Amino acid sequence: MMKREECFKILARHVGDAALVATYSSAVDWVDIAPRALNYLSIGAMGLDSSHGLGLALGRPDKRVIVLQGDGSLLMNLGSLVTIAAAAPKNLVHLVAQNDTYEANGSQPIPNPKIDFAGIARSSGYAAAYDFSDLKIFEQQVAHVLEQQGPVFATLHIEPTKPLKYDYPSLYDPQKRAAFKAEWQS
Amino acid sequence: MDAPVASADAAARELHGGGIIAALKASGIEYVLAVPDIVTSSGLLGPIARDSDFKLIRVCKEDECIGIASGLSYADKRALILIQYTGFLDSLNAIRGVAVEYKQPICMMVGLLGHDPEKTPRASPRYGVRIIEPILDDMGIAHHLISLDADIAKIAPAIERAYRESEPVALLIGRRPKAS
Repeated sequence: MMKREECFKILARHVGDAALVATYSSAVDWVDIAPRALNYLSIGAMGLDSSHGLGLALGRPDKRVIVLQGDGSLLMNLGSLVTIAAAAPKNLVHLVAQNDTYEANGSQPIPNPKIDFAGIARSSGYAAAYDFSDLKIFEQQVAHVLEQQGPVFATLHIEPTKPLKYDYPSLYDPQKRAAFKAEWQS
Repeated sequence: MDAPVASADAAARELHGGGIIAALKASGIEYVLAVPDIVTSSGLLGPIARDSDFKLIRVCKEDECIGIASGLSYADKRALILIQYTGFLDSLNAIRGVAVEYKQPICMMVGLLGHDPEKTPRASPRYGVRIIEPILDDMGIAHHLISLDADIAKIAPAIERAYRESEPVALLIGRRPKAS
């Protein structure tokens, strides 16, 4: 098991000029570690992270898109794994932070923590799928995961963390969406 | 010889998919995001799937379309969401968040399954159809009924406005389009 913050700090060293889609607990931790215009945080409805990421990736095939989704969110949009695999965007990396809880909703457990997201992604047709639960191994392999031809999937097995402060008005600030668009089109 | 009046009247009460597709192309639609709908399957989705001018993304569930269209819009790529009214109802939270609260240009073409095209949607024999326009009105989403060939002229201006103003629009398909 890894700590989400430590995992994200490593990821931040490799993200470059990729768009990064994140929401809820992942977004709160990510913006603390890597505040940047190319963070895409306005998802609008739980679970849509992966679908927004697909649209971004199709719209700019010359740029990289990283989706940083929670396990509860992906469970609400499992079909998106099939859709993404069929659309096959080479520039999409889909990461899921799995801590087996709906952390932003009172840390209630997900219906079945035994779920194998990477296995589902693999059988759906992703180009590659990984599981990471050791921080050192993640650090060694993250560059390869982010650079290879997608769609690539990886589950980041993380520990539940301390309760976070969710500042949704700041996360969903319309100015952030405008700043993202300006940067994304540059 | 003039056509019989009854035939002329019947022809005027038709809807052709070819006209709709031409309007979509004139509107700059590049991506079509779809879940099959029996109202539009043979007259629209089938021809669109065979038309290399469109990039068709088949999704598993309708609300995925809302996220994909939003992501595409950040690169100024235009998308049409082609779904059945049941999928529209299933996607209301995504439409609420992305299309209405974030003011994204989400263009939806919605097949009214079970509707009697000779009636208005509010007077439809199908309960699910009767509630569509009131829901759209409550959400402040512009909508247009496309039941006849004459209605096709509404499509391009509606899509143009949606992208110019960054707002959603719903085009309600009230009659099964013919594949031509």
